[in-house]
Amino acid sequence: MFKSCVIFGKYVLLMSRTFAVPQRWVVFFKQIVKEIHKLGVDSIGIVIFISAFIGAVITMQVSLNIYSPLIPSFTVGFMTREIILLEFSSSIMCLILAGKVGSNIASELGTMRVTEQIDALEIMGVNSANYLILPKIVGFVLFVPVLVIFSMFFGMAGGFFISWFTDIISPSTYEYGLQYWFSTRYIGYSVLKAMIFAFIISSAASYFGYNVKGGALQVGKASTESVVTSSVLILATDVLITLLLV
Amino acid sequence: MIEAKHIIKSFEDKQVIKDVSATFDKGKTNLVIGRSGSGKTVFMKILIGLLSPGSGEVLYDRRNLPAMKKPELNALRQEMGMLFQGSALFDSMTVMENVMFPLTMFSYDNRQQQEKRAIFCLERVQMRDAADLYPGEISGGMMKRTAIARAIALNPKYLFCDEPNSGLDPKTSLLIDDLIHDITLECNMTTVINTHDMNSVMNIGDKIIFLNEGKKEWEGTKDEIMTSENKTLNDFLFASDLFRKAREGGNQ
Repeated sequence: MFKSCVIFGKYVLLMSRTFAVPQRWVVFFKQIVKEIHKLGVDSIGIVIFISAFIGAVITMQVSLNIYSPLIPSFTVGFMTREIILLEFSSSIMCLILAGKVGSNIASELGTMRVTEQIDALEIMGVNSANYLILPKIVGFVLFVPVLVIFSMFFGMAGGFFISWFTDIISPSTYEYGLQYWFSTRYIGYSVLKAMIFAFIISSAASYFGYNVKGGALQVGKASTESVVTSSVLILATDVLITLLLV
Repeated sequence: MIEAKHIIKSFEDKQVIKDVSATFDKGKTNLVIGRSGSGKTVFMKILIGLLSPGSGEVLYDRRNLPAMKKPELNALRQEMGMLFQGSALFDSMTVMENVMFPLTMFSYDNRQQQEKRAIFCLERVQMRDAADLYPGEISGGMMKRTAIARAIALNPKYLFCDEPNSGLDPKTSLLIDDLIHDITLECNMTTVINTHDMNSVMNIGDKIIFLNEGKKEWEGTKDEIMTSENKTLNDFLFASDLFRKAREGGNQ
């Protein structure tokens, strides 16, 4: 418990250094563009791939498991949409991104720490936390809604693909289910959740990477710790947000 | 000029720097020598403000670094250049971008003037042809030269080098030593070098400070070091047969 408090205190101190006015705005904006590309654009492929397959599997599972003459068949599309919009595209996708993006950030910063690149920045008079971490947090938080939208679209498209090529459910019934009792509020809710999770992933990974002491072994350890911590925090925050917003 | 006065530093219960005072003169290459674990790196980190001393003062032309507030410290740091043991070049940037970095962050010159300065620095260390390469594509010696170019980009008053010759062959080590010495004279900088390379000591040591187990054991010039009667210094210095024979040859 005491150790957790110490870590939280250090995290708050690091964030207070991170959220400072950038020394050069031009450099800051260039860094954001780089980070959006590295953390966000480079994740589009995996988001599309996973979403499409999971969407297809959800459609098949729902269809096979709720088969009953009392339940209308469009429920398959309806449930696929609800699962994808409310949980999969935000929470589960962010858990996956915690692995990809979180480990990327932690290992990059950790390597910079052990090779004295962060010390070099400090010696030059650069606020290293602000220069290195802020663009990552801002870039990822800004881009994650795009990833969520991609995930939603391709998740539902995966289900549609299954309905098209199999006789589990007809495409028109699936499509009717997707549109049935739809509330746009769910998209906003999902995007907001993902943005909070993106902040957790990028800031926690930055904390673990930035504070690496030692060598290559510790960089790997920091990377693992960042993924585990981000995942636990995402799941806990998910429960809290669901209680508050739904 | 940099003055360190009565520096003490402890980690938990262990005192690693024990009341060290030293003066580093302007326009000279000041060497801090000592065995591995003697406290050289900790002492240098205190000098540049990466570690705060337990007690004592570090005066940069009478400005006390440990007592400085953040803006004052940042301003002072722009007067410093640092060459790290592992060069500490930014992996994601080319050689040119590495040298441009301090200029982009702190210089108010326009882009063309910044590029002109960066090219001048690269030419000074004979790295102009490698400007578009990444650190992963160049040799250790080239990395050191690039790091020197980056360190002098803002025309610093103070240059710090932590083990500049580590991992280099003797010939490249001499080149790096000469480069640091020449740049110190050209720019009239206060240069502090941490080393345990005896070739560097004899080649460029205008002023030498010997640390042993966190204490300043000896201070003098490269001419005085060969005739010193300090036993601990002599044990360190003449551990190499080459230097012992050189000394014996000199005495005969």
